[in-house]
Amino acid sequence: MDCVENRLITSRRGLLLGGASFAAWAYLPKFARAADGRDPRLIVVILRGALDGLSTVAPIGDPDYAGLHGSIALTADGAHPAIMLDTFFALHPAMPEFARMYRDMHAAVIHAVATPYRDRSHFDGQDVLESGYAGPGRVQSGWLNRALEALPRGERVSSGLAVGPTTPLVLRGAAPTVGWAPVALPQADDDTAMRLVDLYRHRDPALASALSQGLQLEKAASGDDMKPKPGNAAMQMRQVARGAAKLMGADDGPRIAALAFDGWDTHANEGGPVGRLAFLLGGLDGALAEFESGLGDRWRDTVVVVATEFGRTARINGTDGTDHGTGTIALLAGGAVKGGRVISDWPGLKLANLYEGRDLKPTTDLRSVIKGVLQGQFGLSDRVLAETVFPDSAAARPMKGLVA
Amino acid sequence: MARDSQAALVALNRFGFGARGGASGDLINAASDPRGFVKAELGRPNGVLLEAPGLQSTPQLGQAVFAYQDQVKQAREAAKAAAPTEAPPQAPADQKPDTKLRRNLSLNAVMTDIAGQMADAKPADNMAKPDTMQPNAATPPAAKPAPQPLNVIQKTFRAEALARLQRATLVECGFTERLVVFWSNHFCISANKGELARMWAGAFEREAVRPHVLGRFADMLKAVEQHPAMLFFLDNQQSLGPDSRAGQNRKRGLNENLAREIMELHTLGVGGGYTQEDVTSLARIITGWTFAGRQGQLGVPGSFVFNTNAHQPGPQVLLGKTYAPTGLAQGEAALADIARHPSTANFIATKFVRHFVADDPPAVLVARLRDVFVRTDGDLRALATALVDSDEAWKAPLTKMRSPYDFLVASGRLLARVPEDPSAYLNNLNLLGQPLWSPAGPNGFPDTSAAWAAPEGMKLRLDIAAQMGARLGNNIDPLDLLEFAAADAASIETRRTVERAESRQQALALLLMSPEMQRR
Repeated sequence: MDCVENRLITSRRGLLLGGASFAAWAYLPKFARAADGRDPRLIVVILRGALDGLSTVAPIGDPDYAGLHGSIALTADGAHPAIMLDTFFALHPAMPEFARMYRDMHAAVIHAVATPYRDRSHFDGQDVLESGYAGPGRVQSGWLNRALEALPRGERVSSGLAVGPTTPLVLRGAAPTVGWAPVALPQADDDTAMRLVDLYRHRDPALASALSQGLQLEKAASGDDMKPKPGNAAMQMRQVARGAAKLMGADDGPRIAALAFDGWDTHANEGGPVGRLAFLLGGLDGALAEFESGLGDRWRDTVVVVATEFGRTARINGTDGTDHGTGTIALLAGGAVKGGRVISDWPGLKLANLYEGRDLKPTTDLRSVIKGVLQGQFGLSDRVLAETVFPDSAAARPMKGLVA
Repeated sequence: MARDSQAALVALNRFGFGARGGASGDLINAASDPRGFVKAELGRPNGVLLEAPGLQSTPQLGQAVFAYQDQVKQAREAAKAAAPTEAPPQAPADQKPDTKLRRNLSLNAVMTDIAGQMADAKPADNMAKPDTMQPNAATPPAAKPAPQPLNVIQKTFRAEALARLQRATLVECGFTERLVVFWSNHFCISANKGELARMWAGAFEREAVRPHVLGRFADMLKAVEQHPAMLFFLDNQQSLGPDSRAGQNRKRGLNENLAREIMELHTLGVGGGYTQEDVTSLARIITGWTFAGRQGQLGVPGSFVFNTNAHQPGPQVLLGKTYAPTGLAQGEAALADIARHPSTANFIATKFVRHFVADDPPAVLVARLRDVFVRTDGDLRALATALVDSDEAWKAPLTKMRSPYDFLVASGRLLARVPEDPSAYLNNLNLLGQPLWSPAGPNGFPDTSAAWAAPEGMKLRLDIAAQMGARLGNNIDPLDLLEFAAADAASIETRRTVERAESRQQALALLLMSPEMQRR
């Protein structure tokens, strides 16, 4: 198999340097399902900070939802009505593109989902989500990289594409990856800035005052912060997605990519139909639209998986936000998704049904969803998925029928 | 134990460059004997010298600049001679393929296409390499034309910067390196003065400052004022004694620049008891202090020489004392006296305490260090030792703000990343207003918290910290780093802020921006 390895190395160099070596590279990736003419692509989007699933896809048919989510609950009417996905679930109004894909049967929601992790630390939760192991502390490789490695010999996809300044854990490991990041470097996001100002207020008022002023100068220079503009979080999501889609749209481009969007840790002033979460969801929605348009014809064979480390409390806290929780949502989008449905074994939001009396109870293992996608897209076997990609996960059976 | 960690924080942050991450154990070592930890470096004077392969002497570097300038001149003249007959090479018309016509793009073409607008290829960073801190700074973009090769001056400047940064990252406590930075800023030159200054900036510090950081002030003063970089920076190579042979033959005359700054900035200080007459007098005394030019008529090109032809003849009165006309020795005698002037002791002690302890330096400590300076005839190791032995330096709260250089070096140390390329540091120093070896004026970079804790500066620091977080946060445990940086001297609020960050990336950014990392 030496020759295969050599080709992979060549491919990596070629991508890195953009030199002639890449153009001369004769190897074209083949896939497990190449026989039926498909050329599948998979994009994994990690939302770091724990997405509030109940605010993104709201169970407005659940009688307890409005009371629990209080001031930030979505409604089917009003100035910014949520978009009804069925008679029970409604999508956040900041996501019209996803709604369109859903109507076209190319997007799906899995609700009340969680990784096997049951504590509430972001770092550990992200490790479990990305490593694919059942518990924290394993950070050598990620499930997407092991899935890449497990693809049949000689039919390997080209390298996985790591989008961003570093390779996310989910794509780290032995299989070759290439990296790409927009040159325009992101500024520190507002959430990080707010946390730092808060720390300074308690410990170092002089620095609090200096930094607050610096941030205001910045705002004044760039205008209204909630409008997409170069440099803000929503615009950055779009920009990153546009670049990644362009790379993946090439004939010999990477078939698999992973990227992470930050900022979802909405402890305070989360906002309802408008506000901070709405702003971020708008960015995510824009990124999905960029994938769709950038991949062109390839979109037909694409699945985008959007996942987060855990959910947030069902009841809002004292600062119009939500704290670390458990069950949340996963989103699937792409031409290959058998969509137009919310897949959920809904646990209900009655106090007795909440996990530890506070969180949406997870009824679906996120690994089942991802396994279902990997199987549908690349034909990986139950055994490989249960032993290599997600070690010790035989109980989480691949979800069937996610991919058209 | 809490007190010990606090003392360790003082040892590492007030006196040094902050704790190193990894297996250094700096904080634990410092906690067990904080004073001893700081003073250990003072017992190794040779450790202050900086010698690295490829770093050259001032005359060698000067000659390289002369040769480079000759080459540029020749090339320009050759181009001028050829111009009338040959049109300059025409830039090719835009040959970028029309992407709309080519649906099946190769990845290569896509990389080329988007590289120019927004993208940059780089190696997948599975195991983070100890290289630069700025994302994408290390790898050339996929399809941009090859960058202009660096000329010998740029290469030299970067090599000098890298050697200094590596030393600062690797040393144990960093007290002597902090002393180097202090004295280098006290006796600053600016690389922006011109090609020679840029070429010599690092050598100046290595040759004139480092050998005396634990030696005598008078020796450092003489080495600095006779260094070609300083003579060039403050124009003394142009200064001619009005009655010297050269002065009589030419229209040029005395230049007071260096003489004034010697008294105002290097020794006595403003209000230190000198007059305009003294400035003029010292200017006359040091006429003829210059460096040999490219022709080498006066000596080895690029080396310090005393040019008798430019020297003002006759005795001079300076600060009430008459200096006999002894040529070079006249100026050396004058500097030796200025070095042990009481105003100098006061000026240096005040600046020293302000740098290491507080913007508003405790008067008792200043007085004690002034006495040490006087009693030891300007023994700088004794000065540093007295500072570390004082109670004030350990009791004063950590209110000073790390300069951009301190902040970047401390971050690199904590992340245990030895730079292999200075670009990220140099770029960030420019951004944060402390371009390496290039202060705006001969008074050097400011040394107060107000200067470095300015609104725009803090915002930019945060952006840089966020970039470091994005690039390096993947592979670190932020809580481990907090242990390395401050252990139980970290405030509860800082610990909580780091613990509750929404990602490792954010946690690292917040840790780097915490008061524990910003204050010293």
